[in-house]
Amino acid sequence: MSVDKIAVGIGGVAALLFIAWFFFGKRQTVVAVESRVRITVDGGYTPEAITIKRGRTVRLEFLRKDASSCLEEVVLPELGVRRHLALNETTPIDITADRVGEFAFSCGMNMYHGKIIVVE
Amino acid sequence: MTHQISLKLNLHGADSASAASSLESVIRDIPAVSNVSLNPITETLVIAYDDERGNPEMFITRVRAVLGIDATVVNEEEPAHDHEQMLRESELRALRQKVVIGAVLSAAIVAGAFTPILPTQWANIILWGMTTPVVAYVGGQFFISCWRGLRHRNANMDTLVAVGTGAAYGYSALITLAPGVLGAVEAQTYFDVAAVVITLVMLGKYFEARAKTSANDAIRRLLALGAKTARVLRDGAEVDLPLEQVVAGDLILVRPGEKIPVDGDVLDGASTVDQSMVTGESIPVEKGPGDPVIGATINKTGAFRFRATKVGQDTVLAQIVRLVSEAQSSKAPIQRLVDQVTAVFTPVVIMLAIATFTVWYVFGPQPSASYAFVNAVAVLVIACPCAMGLATPTSIMVGTGKGAQYGILIKDAESLERAERVQAIIFDKTGTLTAGKPVVTDLRGNETQVLSLAYALEKQSEHALAEAINSRARQLHIAALDASNFEAVAGRGVRATVNGQTVLLGNRALMDENSVPLGEFAPALAELQTGGKTVMAVAADGKTVGLIAVIDEPKPSASEAIAALKKMHVRTLMITGDNLSTAQAIGRQVGIDQVVANVLPQDKEQHVRALQQERMVVAMVGDGINDAPALAASDLGIAMGTGTDVAIEAAGVTLMNGDLRSVPATIRLSRATMSNIRENLFWAFGYNIALIPVAMGVLYPFFGWLMNPILAGGAMAFSSLSVILNALRLRRFKVS
Ligand SMILES: [Cu+2]
Repeated sequence: MSVDKIAVGIGGVAALLFIAWFFFGKRQTVVAVESRVRITVDGGYTPEAITIKRGRTVRLEFLRKDASSCLEEVVLPELGVRRHLALNETTPIDITADRVGEFAFSCGMNMYHGKIIVVE
Repeated sequence: MTHQISLKLNLHGADSASAASSLESVIRDIPAVSNVSLNPITETLVIAYDDERGNPEMFITRVRAVLGIDATVVNEEEPAHDHEQMLRESELRALRQKVVIGAVLSAAIVAGAFTPILPTQWANIILWGMTTPVVAYVGGQFFISCWRGLRHRNANMDTLVAVGTGAAYGYSALITLAPGVLGAVEAQTYFDVAAVVITLVMLGKYFEARAKTSANDAIRRLLALGAKTARVLRDGAEVDLPLEQVVAGDLILVRPGEKIPVDGDVLDGASTVDQSMVTGESIPVEKGPGDPVIGATINKTGAFRFRATKVGQDTVLAQIVRLVSEAQSSKAPIQRLVDQVTAVFTPVVIMLAIATFTVWYVFGPQPSASYAFVNAVAVLVIACPCAMGLATPTSIMVGTGKGAQYGILIKDAESLERAERVQAIIFDKTGTLTAGKPVVTDLRGNETQVLSLAYALEKQSEHALAEAINSRARQLHIAALDASNFEAVAGRGVRATVNGQTVLLGNRALMDENSVPLGEFAPALAELQTGGKTVMAVAADGKTVGLIAVIDEPKPSASEAIAALKKMHVRTLMITGDNLSTAQAIGRQVGIDQVVANVLPQDKEQHVRALQQERMVVAMVGDGINDAPALAASDLGIAMGTGTDVAIEAAGVTLMNGDLRSVPATIRLSRATMSNIRENLFWAFGYNIALIPVAMGVLYPFFGWLMNPILAGGAMAFSSLSVILNALRLRRFKVS
């Protein structure tokens, strides 16, 4: 086997490991929210995870900066919200959770994810 | 009288909701202002003020002071423009322009790539020059989106397109600059791959954006139904007011041909109203004093005045809009698996592409670098996670929207999924299968004596059977006796004291429990019951004095609905508190499979559970108020609404009209939607599962098959489109 083939073989395995680590090995930072939070929509959601108190109404202000059509909608399935986000505008969504747990939100195509953790 | 003026200000750009609400109180404190209302959703402020003491500039100045933004006056004369619609149209225009430019350049690149007249390197430089605008301008958004995602360690379809076409472009550029750099490898460039794939994906996106708009038009259509103004009687004069200013309690005038602006109750006048847009009933409904009217329906023949009861967010139309949009965003259980796949799909495809490159390079035939490269690019550009992500939500959106059009309001995707699997449907009899307006048909014993005793017991009651007795008593001008010591016996009847006598009114069970013999009335009771009538015995001081027979006719739509359900192999049952022979008579009339009689209201739920124990998926059809526990216990609660209440808590489906044919229509709609979802998932998954391995070249050792990256990009571009177009077929669904 020639040198370039060995190099490509090793490089390929290394690249596989890197991709796996890069996409699956990330940690989420969780932000505790009192009454309102701005969530920037830009290649994902920042912050990606928030905690809110049960029973309290919290305003999520989605500011969409990313033109990708994947991110044009935000969906909160358990809370029955599907909202179109206008580009470079803030879209407020008021939510109240009446039970403790994790509520996921995602883009309309379910590629980008975030979550709302409801605590007592 | 001073002249009141209404002004609407647009507060777009206001940064904080709390500041906006403090603005509301600041404006309210201005002496000229009589009313202010802030709508945080549309970000508008409506101000009612006296135009001799106030002016728009004054308010705009205050807004600037509080919020730091320049508010603009919304001109209500013009049709309110749809901000979202406008954005979508400009997006479509931009997409179209990119597709056209991409197509022209790609055609030139393909033609140039296959007809080499110039020396290779010169040809490559020209191709490079033509490809660059396609990559940078037409496909720029993929690279931006890819980069934005990577910063957050996310990946989506744009990432795949960007990496795939970016690699083709970068590699070709390298070959052009330094043909010998990769050693003996054939110096083939792939500018055509980069340009054509980007153009095709853009074309797919363009069609997709267009199709999406129509998939989502149910809500827009509903919102468009609403009236803009109302003719309100204020201070004795008729004024045309914008809808935002109408308050509950206002007296509103409606003329023939006009739209009824809000919900309310008719005060005087009479008319027929076309309610089809809200309830789906095709025949206009008669309205007279006391009848409820629904906003957004159209007054046909007469003029009337009504009192507004619900305005703004409380109206039936607003509730429908809310319910439908909630349903459209809910997740079907079937999608859980899909979610698990899409969450890891894109990174996995990138890994498969790397593996493809490595295996082809190390083990593949010569020129191995070319094969490795082309196949890896094909893998990246053929994978389409969007098709999987869109499969379920798009069908749910079209299906629930379609339901709303026929007055079938589906609460969420889960209810839709359950409706499909329903095997047995239990109908509540009174008010559901029947009109719920019983009339007295027969009377045994001394008419005056029997009716006056019965009237004394029932005159306070609003129960349907009581209504029948009371209206007959009033018809015959029977005096109302006084009754005391009322006691209602659930499922049996009532007991009270009238003129010192203990009077019983109720069914046979009530008489038996109190050891009252029916005596001479026994045969008559049996005979009347066999005719489908509900018979109540009246007893005074332990002796039966007479019988009252009441009938509640089945709705005209009942037989047809039951027949339709039978054809769909759904078992039908009727549940009622009536005795068996009465119930059976009605059951025969409508053709129901099975009759469950003598059921106390609180026991209906048990019968639902009993059927479920037989491993049946059970739907319960009831009025949503008396039947709430049974509706909640069933797998699918179907509430027959009256057109005035929308979100019935216990029900998964609310039918806006009393037409029973909506029940089979609901089942048919759910079956159509669910099979549409399955088709979509089949195509989306099958497509990716079948074609990614082909692109990787697994068939090459056997048949020598490989996937051309250009074909791969084309197939990808149209896979999500095909999912949306398939979902749009649901729009052709008809109730019958
Ligand atoms: Cu796609």
